Amino acid sequence: MTALDTPTRTTSAPPATSRPTSQLHNIGLVFGRELRPVVRDPFSVVFGIIQPLFFLGLFTPLLVASSGQSTADTLQWFVPGVIVMLSLFGTSTTGANLQVEMQTGSHERTLVSPLSRSSLMIGRALKEIVPTIVQALVIVGVAVPFGFRPDVAGLVVGLAVLSVFCVGLGALSYALALAVKENQWAFWGVQQTLLFPLMLLAGILLPLTGAPGWLEVASKINPLTYVVDAERALIAGTWDGDAVAGAVAAALTCVVGLVVGAKAMRASS
Amino acid sequence: MIETRGLTKEFRSGKKTVTAVKGLDLQITAGEMVALLGPNGAGKSTTLRMLTTLLAPTSGSARVAGFDVTSGQHAVRRAIGYIGQGNSAGHSQRVIDELVVSGRAYGLSRAEARTRADELLDSLGLGDQATQKVMTLSGGQRRRLDIAMGLIHSPGLLFLDEPSTGLDPQNRANLQEHVVDLRRKHGATVVLTTHYLEEADSLAERIVVIDNGKVVADDSPTALKSRHAGDRIAMTFSGRDHATHAAQRASAAHPAAQVTLDGAAVDVQVAGGAGLVSALITDLTAAGVAPATVEVARPTLDDVFLALTGRSLREGRTELRTDPTNRTTEEVAA
Repeated sequence: MTALDTPTRTTSAPPATSRPTSQLHNIGLVFGRELRPVVRDPFSVVFGIIQPLFFLGLFTPLLVASSGQSTADTLQWFVPGVIVMLSLFGTSTTGANLQVEMQTGSHERTLVSPLSRSSLMIGRALKEIVPTIVQALVIVGVAVPFGFRPDVAGLVVGLAVLSVFCVGLGALSYALALAVKENQWAFWGVQQTLLFPLMLLAGILLPLTGAPGWLEVASKINPLTYVVDAERALIAGTWDGDAVAGAVAAALTCVVGLVVGAKAMRASS
Repeated sequence: MIETRGLTKEFRSGKKTVTAVKGLDLQITAGEMVALLGPNGAGKSTTLRMLTTLLAPTSGSARVAGFDVTSGQHAVRRAIGYIGQGNSAGHSQRVIDELVVSGRAYGLSRAEARTRADELLDSLGLGDQATQKVMTLSGGQRRRLDIAMGLIHSPGLLFLDEPSTGLDPQNRANLQEHVVDLRRKHGATVVLTTHYLEEADSLAERIVVIDNGKVVADDSPTALKSRHAGDRIAMTFSGRDHATHAAQRASAAHPAAQVTLDGAAVDVQVAGGAGLVSALITDLTAAGVAPATVEVARPTLDDVFLALTGRSLREGRTELRTDPTNRTTEEVAA
């Protein structure tokens, strides 16, 4: 590659120097940038569904056998949990993408750009909504032929609640990446250590009925428990206190995540 | 364009405080092309990171493009372009997408950003790579994409941090050409850090030598060389006695010169040496000690660095790596 290979064409006069942009514009840009590789290469989203499908296919017969209920009834209880689990896998690991960008240098470049620190965090976190909803719809589509019957309005609201939760969780995952910097094992160590206890305590795989008292207390502190309960209630078409508690837990997670995340982004250099 | 007063950056690692930049005073006017030269760990990258708002100064102040780097962060960011040590474009993104998004972040419309991106890709020989993913590009192509990313909004002030590290000589020449081009066409101010002497020498009109977080010299490459390291006139003689005699005569004739005698060889290091060769040879020939061979070498910036700090820039790199204090600085600053 010599200088001769790169003909220098006379470039036209440069455009007017940078103009101010709104926060909404910035968030949109960051959101679009994050989403683009997923849209162009949807394999990652499809691949993410395979594992939960295994859970659905292998775990449901076990649950049917142990509870003695019908497959349809079991799916009614289990599918909302699988949808939440699926979103957890994707969102909690999203910080790893940022870690790669921190290593290669593109994160640093965005820090020098006029994009505000909060838009860098919010735009990224909002992107989590898209794979969450797509994957949830695939799971629903797979389960319906086996007797799963979601309440449509409930499903829509349930996915909205889940999306809000995922924005918060995604922001926390990014905050973790920013905190441990380029230390990959630290990121995965913390993520794995937290994810599985949270999942089990939320009663995603097995109901916590009849659990010892300390487990029940731990489960009550876990915000994910409320989100899972809300999904089950909403998808069954039950509009009760569970749905409200889940929406509140999701909103709190979202606010805490974005505040912590934006703070971590501001401290990033 | 840039003005710093007592700019200082300290890093804490454990209980130790390492001062990477110590009270830096620097003035750069619009249109200048300045190289910050120094070994790794000298504080030049830390300086650049403070000027580009990536790091907050511990004390002192800096105004960049008319705005304070602390209170006017956002305005500084809008006014500058930055090409860092890493790759500016995300590896999973497509080349054209990254350029357009980056342009729009500076307020260009989608159409403006697209036009500008196409122009840059064309002029950087990346036209065929526009729809490729960044991770599929070669190292040289990625570096050229970095340049395009840094220029997408046609900044009036461009910072480059070790722009040619890891590039082969051809790509290095290519990059230098684009930087020169940017200035010629847009009259941009350019500030770069480097530890390549040749690069500083060939690109910059002004070199700021930084060592241990301080400016140790600040001048044009030519002036630095003639002031801090003269031309070297290397002569050999038919024998030791001739050489000894010649060395004595040279010393007497040019008291300012540094004369070294080594067997039958004599080195005369003196400012403007090239202009003195003729007279020196005539004088020696008249005295009956005509040199057998004569070679005149222009001083390099390495000679300048050696004269200023007592260390060679090249050796300096290995020395600094083994010094735990400086290693900490580098790690923290990295």
